[in-house]
Amino acid sequence: MTNDLSVRNIVRKFGDFTAVDDVSFDVPQGSFFSILGPSGCGKTTLLRMIAGFDEPTAGTLTIRDQDMRGVPPNKRPVNLVFQHLALFPMMNVVENIGFGLKRRGMSSAEISKRCVAILERVDLPGYGKKRIDQLSGGQKQRVAIARCLVMEPSVLLLDEPLGALDLKLREQMKVELKKLQANVGTTFIYITHDQSEALVMSDRIAVMNEGRFEQVGSPRELYNDPRTPFVARFVGDNNSWSGEVEESAEYTTICTSEGLHFRARSHRSYKSGTRVDLFLRPEALRIEPKDLTGLNTFKVSVKAILFDGANSRLLTVMPGGHELLVNLPQNRQFDHIEPGASITLGWHPDSGLCFKV
Amino acid sequence: MKKVTLLAAACCFFMATAVQAETLKILTWKGYAPRVLIEKFEKDTGIKVEATFSNNEEMIAKLRATRGAGFDLAQPSQDRISSVQEKFKIYQAVDYSRIDTKLFIPSMLDAVKSNTKVGDNSYAVPFCWGTSGLIVNSDKAAKADDWNALMDPEFKGRISYRLKRPTLIAVGFALGYDPFALYSDAVGYKEMLDKVAEALINTKPLVKNYWANGDGLLESMRSSEVFVAMAWDSGGWKLHDENKAIDFKAPKKGALGWIDTFAIPSKAKNVDAAYKWINFIMAPENAAYFTTQEKVPTASQGANAFVSAEVRANFERSFPQETIDNIKWYPPVPAKLEVMEGKILDKIKAAK
Amino acid sequence: MMGNGFRITFWLFLSPVLLWLFLLIVIPHIDLLLLSFRGESDMGDPIWTLQNYKNFFIEPIYWYTFLRTALYAMITTFCTFILALPVSFYIVKLARPRTRGFLTVLLLLPFWVSELVRVYGWMILLRESGVFNYFMLKMGIIDQPIEMLYNDITMIMGLVYTSMLFMVVPLISVMESLDDSLIEAAHDLEASRFDILRTIIIPHCKPGITSGSIVVFMLALGNYLTPNLMGGKNSLWFTEQIYNQFIASFNWNQGAAFGFLLLVLSSVIIWVGLKVTRQNLGEVAS
Repeated sequence: MTNDLSVRNIVRKFGDFTAVDDVSFDVPQGSFFSILGPSGCGKTTLLRMIAGFDEPTAGTLTIRDQDMRGVPPNKRPVNLVFQHLALFPMMNVVENIGFGLKRRGMSSAEISKRCVAILERVDLPGYGKKRIDQLSGGQKQRVAIARCLVMEPSVLLLDEPLGALDLKLREQMKVELKKLQANVGTTFIYITHDQSEALVMSDRIAVMNEGRFEQVGSPRELYNDPRTPFVARFVGDNNSWSGEVEESAEYTTICTSEGLHFRARSHRSYKSGTRVDLFLRPEALRIEPKDLTGLNTFKVSVKAILFDGANSRLLTVMPGGHELLVNLPQNRQFDHIEPGASITLGWHPDSGLCFKV
Repeated sequence: MKKVTLLAAACCFFMATAVQAETLKILTWKGYAPRVLIEKFEKDTGIKVEATFSNNEEMIAKLRATRGAGFDLAQPSQDRISSVQEKFKIYQAVDYSRIDTKLFIPSMLDAVKSNTKVGDNSYAVPFCWGTSGLIVNSDKAAKADDWNALMDPEFKGRISYRLKRPTLIAVGFALGYDPFALYSDAVGYKEMLDKVAEALINTKPLVKNYWANGDGLLESMRSSEVFVAMAWDSGGWKLHDENKAIDFKAPKKGALGWIDTFAIPSKAKNVDAAYKWINFIMAPENAAYFTTQEKVPTASQGANAFVSAEVRANFERSFPQETIDNIKWYPPVPAKLEVMEGKILDKIKAAK
Repeated sequence: MMGNGFRITFWLFLSPVLLWLFLLIVIPHIDLLLLSFRGESDMGDPIWTLQNYKNFFIEPIYWYTFLRTALYAMITTFCTFILALPVSFYIVKLARPRTRGFLTVLLLLPFWVSELVRVYGWMILLRESGVFNYFMLKMGIIDQPIEMLYNDITMIMGLVYTSMLFMVVPLISVMESLDDSLIEAAHDLEASRFDILRTIIIPHCKPGITSGSIVVFMLALGNYLTPNLMGGKNSLWFTEQIYNQFIASFNWNQGAAFGFLLLVLSSVIIWVGLKVTRQNLGEVAS
C-alpha cells in the first residue's frame, strides 16, 4: 500500500520552545488517521505544517512522494477543515463549495455540476442557494467538508471540526464522518483531543504528548495495550495504583502503597524495588466474583452509584481512601448494591499493566 | 439670614464683574490695534480691548449676520461703506462733535465724510491709508514698473497676486480703461471686466499662485519664488528692510489708494469707548507708533514728526510728489458691481 | 405610576438633545432654506424666487465647479481607501499588539494640530524653496528646484493625508472581526493573495469601507482650507464658491442655495453609491 503522507523527523521550534519534536509517521492511502492529544501537545502545529501554513524547522514532509518544502498552502494537494469551519459568510453554499474550483479556473458549468454532486454526497441536496447563517451546525459541518472534498485533495485534514457541536450531534457526526470517509476513499487526517472521536472513527491513531508521538496504533491496540503510562491514562478511563515491584516472573507482583499485593502484566521485567504505576480499566474489575482462582481480590466500600445506562459505574473507596471506578453491568444482578455497602472486587492479572514511574 | 447674605454677596459679585467687564470690541485688520497701544489705552481708561482681525468682506458679512451687533467699532475701507450702509444698515452715523477733529488731516477727514455719506449723515472717519502697487525684486525683474508686469511672459511662473477685486481694477487700468470712471456705467464696467477676465485667463500660466495670506506672499518674495507681485506698499517696505533688492513700486498708471476708516456698528454697546479709542489712537504719538510698526501712514495731523526716520525714508523713496499726485483713490463701490466681480473672479479661478 | 415616572425621566433626558438638534441644526437650516428662495426683482424689491437654484444650472461655472469638486472628492476617497486598506490590515493582522497601539497613535498624531498647521507643514516641505527641493538639489537628483505645490495632485495628496484616519479607523474595526481562519481557508482553497483580498477581505470589510468612504467623501467635499492653500490657481472648490457668495459678493441668497445644492447633490451621490454597491445606510451605520 502506498503512503499519501510521509513525515520524517519533523521538528518545529518557536524560540526555545519545541512544539513538535522529531516526529515521524506514514499515512497509507485511503485511511483514517487521527492525531490525539491534550491541548498544547503540538498537534495543531503539526497539522498546520502539513497544510503549509507553517514550515518545519527540520525534517521532511512528502505528500504522494513530493517534497512539500517551500510549497505554499494554495499549491499543496491537501485541504483543511478548520476548527470553526471558516465558511465564508459573504457567500452562499454553492459559492463556498465552488470557491476553490473557481480559483482553478474551472468553467462555471463544470463547477455547478460538481457542486451538485458533492452536495448529494454529503447529504445536502438542494441546499446550494442557502446562506451560511441559515444552516444548522451539522449542515455547516458537512458544507465545510464538501468544500474541501470537491477539490479532490490527496489528503483531507480536519482540525477538531466537531468541537463546536453539541454532544448529541457530535455522536451522530462521528458516525457520519466515518461513513463519508469510507465512501469517498480520501485519506483523512483528523486532529482531536477527544479520545472517543478518535477511537470511533480512526483506522490508526497517534497519541501525541509534549511534541512527541507516544504511540501509534489501531484503536484496539491503544486501548488494550498502551505502551506508555501517558497513553494508559489518556486513552479511555483507568484506575491506577502506585507501588513497588516485589517479584518479576510470568506476572509482575507489586505491593501498592496501601499494602495490597497484586499480580499484573508489564511490557518488560523490572528489578524488585522499582517504583511502578499500575493501571486497570473499570470494566476489568468484577464485582463479587464467584470463582476467585487466579484473581487479585480486595474489599472496598461503595461511595456512590454513577448511573449512566450502559455506562453505569460504581464509585468505590478502598480502606486507605483510594478511589476506584468499577463498571456496573446493567443485568439486574447488582441491583441490591447501595451506597455504603461493602463488596469484594476481583480482577485478572492479564488486565492490569505496570509501568515504571 | 444666611440666604440673604449669600444673595447680597452674589449681587456684589455680579456688579463687580459688570463694572470690570467694560470692554471695547474692535473688528479690524491685523496690525491695526498694536498690543502696546491697547495696553496703554487700558491703563488710561480702564476699558478692556478685544480685537478681532478680519478683512473688508468678512467684516461686512459678520456685521450683516448680526445686523450690526457684536462689535463696538469696525474698520472697513471707505469705499465699502456707503453702498453697504444703504442696503444693510449696519452702521450708525458718526457724531463728529465727539471726535477731536484737530487730530485729523482736514482734507482726508472731509474726503471720507463725503465718500461715506448716506442721506444726510456720514458714517466714518479716516484712520490710515496706503496703496496697492507692485512689489518687485529688482535683481530678477528690474523692468517691472507697471501693472502690465503682472501679465508679462518674461516673468513666467514668478508672478503672484490676490484673486480679489483690486486686481481686476489694476488690470483694468493696465488694459487702458479707467475702472473708477466706469463705476457709474454698469454695462461699460461689465465689458471691461470681460476683457480683464480674458487677459487674466490667457496669462494664467504665468502666475505662480493667487496669494491669500500676506505673510505667505512675503515668504515667497523673500525666497525668490516670486519676482513680481501685486500687494500693499507696507509689505514691500518690510521686505526692503531685509533685502535692498526688493521694494515697493508704484505702477506708472498710478498706485491704487485706499483709506481705512473707523465706523461704528449700529448696535454697538459701548459707543463711548469707541469714540475714546478713535481719539486715543489718532493722537500724534500713538498714530506715529502705529505707522512705525506697521509702515502704514495715518490721517493723524502731525504724527509725521514722531514717525521713525526709516519709515519716512521708505515713504519718500517710493512716493515722490508726482507719484502721490498719480494715486488713484477708490471711490465708493456701487453695490451691483460686487456681484458682477464675484462671478468674474470665479470664472478666472475655474479656468484652466 | 411607574411607567409615568419613567416616561417623564425619558423626556427630561432627551429634551436637551432635541433642543440642541432643533435650535442649532433645524432652525438655522430652515432659515437658510428660506433665504435660498429669496431674491430681488428688477426693481430691487425682495421677492420669492427660484432664480438662485436656476443660476446653478444655467451658469456653467457653478455646476462645472461642483462636478469637479465631486470628482476630486471621489478620487480622494478612492486613493484614501487604497492606502488605508494595507495600513489597517497591517495594524490589525500583522503588527504585534504593542506595535499596534503605537501605530494607531502615530496615525492620530497629525490630528493633534489644526488642519491649517498641517497644511502649512506640507507647504514648507513641498514649496520651491522647501525642504524636499533642498535635499534633492543637495543630493544632485535635480538641478533645478521643482514647484510641487499648487497643482491638483498635491491637493489630492493633502486631502488624502487629512482623511486617512477617517478611513483607517472604520477599517480597523471591521477587520478586527475578520476571522484569520477565513483568510487561511481561502489560501488553502488555492486562492492567491489578490483573490483573498478581492473575495474575502473586501467583502467582509464592506460596511467599514462604505462608512469610511462616506465620511471621507463628505470631508473632502466640504473641505475649504486644503484645496485653497495647496491647490493653487486652478482649484476652485465648491465650498469656496459658497464662501465667495456669502462673503465676497454679499449674495447670501445665492450662497444659501449653493449650500443646499451641496447637501442634496452629495446625498444623491452617496445614495447612488450605496445602490450601486447594493447596501443600505442602516446596515452601514450599525
